[in-house]
Amino acid sequence: MPLAVRTLFFAAYRDLAGSSSLDLELPEGATVGDLVASLRARGGALAQLPPRPAVALNRSYARLEDALRTGDEVALIPPVAGG
Amino acid sequence: MALWALVREPIEAARILAHVGDAADGATLLFLGVVRDHADGRAVTRIRYEAYEEMAGSVLAAIVEEACRLLGTDRIAVVHRVGDLSVGEVSVAVAVSSPHRSEAYEASRYVIEQIKQRLPVWKKERFAEGGEAWVEGTEPQPDPDTRTRA
Repeated sequence: MPLAVRTLFFAAYRDLAGSSSLDLELPEGATVGDLVASLRARGGALAQLPPRPAVALNRSYARLEDALRTGDEVALIPPVAGG
Repeated sequence: MALWALVREPIEAARILAHVGDAADGATLLFLGVVRDHADGRAVTRIRYEAYEEMAGSVLAAIVEEACRLLGTDRIAVVHRVGDLSVGEVSVAVAVSSPHRSEAYEASRYVIEQIKQRLPVWKKERFAEGGEAWVEGTEPQPDPDTRTRA
């Protein structure tokens, strides 16, 4: 059964995506890194996403190797500039 | 009691400062991050701050908790603003107090450096000559205890 996850884009990555969020389906067993690869493979401006961006899974920093589950919220985190 | 918040309204430094301090404390420090009027030789008129708010709250809470351990007290208040700010406005305020200055300086510095390293916040500068650009940021350094999901 495919996985349904929501991806969030911020700042410069939102400009690339043209949207602040995207609902995606991925094959069972997919990781956060697979999600990033599938976004880059969509072409257009999303191809400019870095291959290994910082990511958050359900609002905590995570790793590209982390496995996804249906309902997950994945955020692609551009280099941060608070302060 | 430690305080942390992301806010949209202007930061009132006196209120942040009033949150810390105790009869046992001989040192109180206030750090203000302020929007400046230039970046890399270009005149800047405004900065728009954006946050992943649902995540930034817990990251800020973790930073404050870590800083409390350095400080040896829980008298820390940290407020970060989001939205559209003009030159001279306060984007972040960090107030700490402790019995001695050494811990206060260390904790204050820790908070602002960690904010810059891991708080999911971004900013876009608007230039006097026209145009705007996202500020090139820092690749986030997640908490050391970020665990891989099994």
